[in-house]
Amino acid sequence: MEIARPADSHDAQDLPIKAPGVTVLSLFLVFAEISLSSFGGAIAWARIVLVERRGWLSERQFAELLGLCQSVPGPSLVNLAIYLGTRHHGALGAIAAAGGFLLPPLVVLLPLGILYQQGAQLEIVRLALHGVAAAAAGMLLATGLRMAQAYRHEPLALLVALLALLGVGLLRWPLLAVLALLAPASIYLAWRRLQ
Amino acid sequence: MNGAVIWQLILLLAPLSLVAIGGVNSVLPEIHRQVVGVHGWVTDGEFADLFALAQAAPGPNIALLVTLIGWKLAGVVGVVAALLAISVPSGLLAYAMTRTWHRFRAARWRRPVQAGLAPVAVGFVLASGLLLTRAADTTPVAYAVSGATALLVLRTRLHPLLIMAAAAALAVAGWL
Repeated sequence: MEIARPADSHDAQDLPIKAPGVTVLSLFLVFAEISLSSFGGAIAWARIVLVERRGWLSERQFAELLGLCQSVPGPSLVNLAIYLGTRHHGALGAIAAAGGFLLPPLVVLLPLGILYQQGAQLEIVRLALHGVAAAAAGMLLATGLRMAQAYRHEPLALLVALLALLGVGLLRWPLLAVLALLAPASIYLAWRRLQ
Repeated sequence: MNGAVIWQLILLLAPLSLVAIGGVNSVLPEIHRQVVGVHGWVTDGEFADLFALAQAAPGPNIALLVTLIGWKLAGVVGVVAALLAISVPSGLLAYAMTRTWHRFRAARWRRPVQAGLAPVAVGFVLASGLLLTRAADTTPVAYAVSGATALLVLRTRLHPLLIMAAAAALAVAGWL
């Protein structure tokens, strides 16, 4: 499914572009699509749907918006839904996007819960989840690599990404601490580059 | 089930909604501590089962987990209460953030801040991938599944859900 998408120029357009043809209903449906596809983590699917399928965001805009949404309290992807919803259709858009993300999974979840209450065994579910988790981990790695590709001509940005990876992924420092250390330096570098 | 429990659940979840910066790993132990330890609403085993159910369904795991806890405590009312409590406080904050961010669209510091946060986000996504790989993969075959998934997603147009289904089948067959 190829749709015209905003070009990934060296300096992407600023964030709150209004993607064409985004209605309140499409906000609900797009975030429902992300949510219902997300077995084992939603970031990978948010990128696939928003960047590849719909072209609502360029690769860089997705990275920038995710960066913003990770830096404020709350689950990043709900924040992201609310950001896009608000930018396009105000409070109503925010409710539609967040609702699309949060409500449809309940249609899958509650029947599962009822089966469980009636004594269904979870053993096979647990086994299957091992496989899903292994695949989801690989998918997340692929997502990170795709996102990094958008910065392939900027060694300093890649260095920042690498340090964030080392801090959280290998040293296991708290995310907030790594953010507090790296964000000021990275913002300074971006400021120098954009001068 | 009385209304007091619902209020206790709301008062427990609403603050957690706000501290969950950058992911859910920080709030899961706290939810467990409160729900199992402090309040004794579910047993340790039930908590593990509910978490497995939440992971089995697509969507945001923590929101689904607290929804199940709400459902167990107070049925449909509990579902609605839990969902609103975990999403409305941070949702209002995100709404305010969006408005504020847009208000400063002409400010000269805005572009650098955005552009600077992006590479950090890229690193965090890679780090989550790495941590998930380590947590999920206990056998060489599991590592191979993770690696093969990453390659297939990057190099082919195969639908990722097919890959997930194949991985789940491998696991059920006992090969992982």
